[in-house]
Amino acid sequence: MADKVQFDLVSPERRVASVEADAILIPGAEGDMTAMAEHAPTITTLRPGILKVTGGGEGDEEYIVTGGFAEINGSAITVLAERAMPRGDMTREHFQQMVKEAEDVLAKAKETHVNEPGPVDDAAKLLSDMVAMGDEIGLSAY
Amino acid sequence: MPSLKDLKNRIESVKSTRKITKAMQMVAAAKLRRAQESAEMARPYAERFNAVMAQLAASVGDSENAPPLLRGTGSDNVHLLIVMTAERGLCGGFNANIAKLAKAEASKLLEQGKTVKILTVGKKGREAMKRDFSDHFIDHVDLSEVKYVGYADAQSIAKNVLDRFDNGEFDVAQMFYSQFKNVMTQTPTAQQIIPASYETPEGEEATATGTVYDYEPDEEAILADLLPRGVATAIFSGLLENGAGEMGARMTAMDNATRNAGEMIDKLTVQYNRSRQAVITNELIEIISGAEAL
Repeated sequence: MADKVQFDLVSPERRVASVEADAILIPGAEGDMTAMAEHAPTITTLRPGILKVTGGGEGDEEYIVTGGFAEINGSAITVLAERAMPRGDMTREHFQQMVKEAEDVLAKAKETHVNEPGPVDDAAKLLSDMVAMGDEIGLSAY
Repeated sequence: MPSLKDLKNRIESVKSTRKITKAMQMVAAAKLRRAQESAEMARPYAERFNAVMAQLAASVGDSENAPPLLRGTGSDNVHLLIVMTAERGLCGGFNANIAKLAKAEASKLLEQGKTVKILTVGKKGREAMKRDFSDHFIDHVDLSEVKYVGYADAQSIAKNVLDRFDNGEFDVAQMFYSQFKNVMTQTPTAQQIIPASYETPEGEEATATGTVYDYEPDEEAILADLLPRGVATAIFSGLLENGAGEMGARMTAMDNATRNAGEMIDKLTVQYNRSRQAVITNELIEIISGAEAL
């Protein structure tokens, strides 16, 4: 078995998790990636999604994360997420609120950047990521 | 010369004041512990965040396409002062000190011919700034309904500020808050948040340059994504420091008040006993001289 890697999941308000784990599945902005020990040093931004910790104590653990970034180096993986919570804590109301926020961002981006596709696309992607995450955890947005 | 009855009433009233200040002190102490805890828990995030931002900022540098949040708008004519204070008084010079610092900065900027805009967070700061600078107020954030400051509160303030920045309402933003040193000392501090300056902390330089990171997406895209969050993070730590500082200041102020009340009670009690003794002596003299006259 390969070495374990120190994993920290930190939200602005508290340290959500800090364990030694085998592998971390990170929902990166450009696609999911799994990081293990001795991974090449990488910094990636996050999209709303599910972060999966394998081999950290009792079985797999899953966390909902949105907004922020992950810093990976050989011996430690630090994920800084604006919102981070264990998957079990996610409620329908909470999720709907998050989707609504994403919708607001999209509406506003459409208003302010009429002829610039960039920000509108970004906001649309945020929303679709959010909805996709909802489907995955069995909470429908609508 | 106050009568015995008056003295007694005053002692009673000071005693009840002492009860109140004592209670407030204990409440502040309990809240302080909580506030300190949340400030402590927020620290890892802010530290990691700033470290990564420092690296990113260093690698993107002053290049032309650095985002305005980092590079600035190119001018510094309009300054936004974000004055963060407590919602309540009775905490010594806590609010006044922050307001004083902000006022000094505002006067200095006005003297240099800059435009000053002020956004207040917390009722007390607004009241303190009102007399001299009410023309410069652009907005106020009320946190009196908020019991424990959360990241969401910081986010909404940051959003307010960033929207104004995007609309070109100001060039430079500074934040005024009190740094929590310990229970006795809180230092009013001014921190520039836009354009942001991230400095590599001492001693971490070795690691920052030692590891070459892959960036996904590229540095600039990450930076553009993270800078607005950086504003929220800075505001959040400011709010937390303030929260702990307010409670510390209140605890100290109430401790002093309790002690003063105690001293006053002692003095009044001495005075009360003297007057009582004087009355007794008087009565005795009257009786004795009456008896002698017979």
